[in-house]
Amino acid sequence: MKKSVFLGTIAATSLIAGLAQAQSTLETVQSRGELNCGVSTGLAGFSAPDGNGVWQGFDVDYCRAVAAAELNDPMAVNFVPTTGQTRFSALASGEVDILARNTTWTFSRDVDLNFTFVGTNYYDGQGFMVTRELGVSSALELDGATVCIQTGTTTELNLADYFRVNGMAYEPVPIETNAEAQQQYLAGACDVYTTDVSGLAATRASFANPSDHVILPEVISKEPLGPAVRHGDDQWADITRWTLFALIAAEELGVTSANIDEMKAGTDNPEINRLLGAEGDLGAMFGLDSEWAVRAIAAAGNYGEIFSATIGEQTPIGLARGLNAQWTQGGLLYAPPFR
Amino acid sequence: MSDTHAQTVAYVRESMLPEKPAPIAEKGAVKWLRENLFSGWLNTVLTVISLLAIWYLLSAIGPWLLNTVWNAQSLRECREVLDGASGACFAVIRDRWHQLLFGFYPPQHYWRPVLSLILLFVALAPVLFSQLPRKLLGFSAFYPFVAYHLLWGGSVWLPISVILGFALGYVAYRILARIAPLVAITGAIVVPVLWWVLFAGEFTAALTSVAPIGLEFVRSDRFGGFLISLVIGVTGISLSLPIGILLALGRQSDMVFLKSVCVMVIEFIRGVPLITLLFTASLLLNYFLPPGTAFDLILRVIIMVTLFASAYMAEVIRGGLAALPKGQYEAADALGLDYWKAQRLIIMPQALKISIPGIVNTFIGLFKDTTLVVFIGLLDPIGLSNAIRADTNWNGIYWELFIFIGALFFIFCFGMSRYSMYLERKLKTDHR
Repeated sequence: MKKSVFLGTIAATSLIAGLAQAQSTLETVQSRGELNCGVSTGLAGFSAPDGNGVWQGFDVDYCRAVAAAELNDPMAVNFVPTTGQTRFSALASGEVDILARNTTWTFSRDVDLNFTFVGTNYYDGQGFMVTRELGVSSALELDGATVCIQTGTTTELNLADYFRVNGMAYEPVPIETNAEAQQQYLAGACDVYTTDVSGLAATRASFANPSDHVILPEVISKEPLGPAVRHGDDQWADITRWTLFALIAAEELGVTSANIDEMKAGTDNPEINRLLGAEGDLGAMFGLDSEWAVRAIAAAGNYGEIFSATIGEQTPIGLARGLNAQWTQGGLLYAPPFR
Repeated sequence: MSDTHAQTVAYVRESMLPEKPAPIAEKGAVKWLRENLFSGWLNTVLTVISLLAIWYLLSAIGPWLLNTVWNAQSLRECREVLDGASGACFAVIRDRWHQLLFGFYPPQHYWRPVLSLILLFVALAPVLFSQLPRKLLGFSAFYPFVAYHLLWGGSVWLPISVILGFALGYVAYRILARIAPLVAITGAIVVPVLWWVLFAGEFTAALTSVAPIGLEFVRSDRFGGFLISLVIGVTGISLSLPIGILLALGRQSDMVFLKSVCVMVIEFIRGVPLITLLFTASLLLNYFLPPGTAFDLILRVIIMVTLFASAYMAEVIRGGLAALPKGQYEAADALGLDYWKAQRLIIMPQALKISIPGIVNTFIGLFKDTTLVVFIGLLDPIGLSNAIRADTNWNGIYWELFIFIGALFFIFCFGMSRYSMYLERKLKTDHR
């Protein structure tokens, strides 16, 4: 008797689960009226709450663009802070609809964890920072150095690979968080601090005398950071992917948040007209209206505007575009045609 | 000395000599110093070393702390103001104190958590100090519902329908008590559960549609900072004591089934680190619940923290029970008291008194353990200190935030510890 009740409960639960899954992510989000976006609990320039508790940053602005495209309100985002440990389960279990948490796109995360990376919004790579007085100008001169390294990350493995390949020895100083690393490095517990170059730049910007520290030119790994969604809902993956491409294409085509109101009325460039919905009806193909891209771009600007407002050279973090420039300018950003 | 007191016998002094002041080395500060700090060469050396260490610390921290900047919008501004000198930048606290205390709670509603905290002390007062009128305990019983409504808001009918459940249980108990005590207890449990499961939802919905009164609803994910530590800590503390007592009694019970359940619960939870339970709450439960069920994360964490503290509490109280002489149990039996009366009137008052240091120890540990929620992405004060550092204005600030957070925790933990010492003194009946 008891067993049958138990089994019945399980069956009912899985039925409910099945029914709930039958609803597409877009419908769920639209009926909820809010996008659940998983972000980092705090990473300078990428996601952090400001003094009024409003989230700001590069990843945050991408989520706002997605929310604007789907819900017509860039503020209709519920930011769920996730840690390195909780981020993937939060996405897999449906607690967040999209994970925009400077997550490196790797084979196993894409395939084995059943996620779809919708693109790369920031091309990062691991670098080294040393004090200027150490007099080192290349990572190849770091033989025998003590290195502050965050445990349990890919950076740890990359570091080991790099030093082995170049036949050098190093002494790791394991640390847990970026804040701890800053203190250890400044206290002289290690000669070198290694993490993603964007993180190094942010860290260096926070020092009392940034010019006393140099970021070495070598970038020893590929860290394509991108938003990820769950497997199994291709419409949702398409919307998030093409929202990212819309932001990138907008920069390439010269569409900014300032001139978008004129441009959406129609221009001489058919590609812009298709993107902004003046010609054709691309939005309807994935269940949105024709002005989805207009709203996404108006939310926080095109890719270039977001970049320069959050992590670009005018900000204290001061990252150069580098690999993250448009393909026409020697970078890797390349949005497929809107056709 | 004088003529009236002439010496009658040459070798006998008849008049008192005036009192002389005590030797300088035997009174006041010098005596204290000699006895306590310089009583031997070893102690002298230790004193000198300690003084040097204190001086070293003070000379390192003192100037930094005294040269404090309170007015700045960013760490860079702080550094400009300090102009190369060493100094603390407490401007970050001035800029972000509201976040460290309330998280993302809407600023226009800050009065609600503040009022709940004040009412918490009002509700605690009659529990903590027996000289206050007992009628205040009535308010303490209602406090959880008041606090829930103040903090989360929403329809006022939800907490009222929960209270109604308890009231119905009491009525059922009084009616059924005439039949048999066991029936009455069963009724007192079944009736409220039936009410909550079957009718409370509709009752709330109906009354809300008729009279939608209540404070504005604030979602759990707006909670953060010290507010979240207090909500988790206070709920965990107030629930873990009764649950712990029941578990401890269950473990001592003669009923095999009850006993083995209690032992398993206690041993399982004590054998697992708190962080594992928190990860279970945050990650694993999501997989088992159907997608879309929003089972509040804070509620999940509170349940886990409470279970964890209860298991420890049960063992602390079992220690108190074990310390009682067997004669006390036999005396209770001899007086003809039933089990619950014996526990309430004889065993528990003594066992709890013995366990006070252990209980408060668990409370303080539990309160500090609430900072572990940072690992599951809840923004408690420690989590917020990371988030604040991620703002480019404050990136690189470190000690100021931790000093502030540490001071807040110290106030609460030190308060608890002082109260436990007061209670021990008050309840001391001197068995020595």
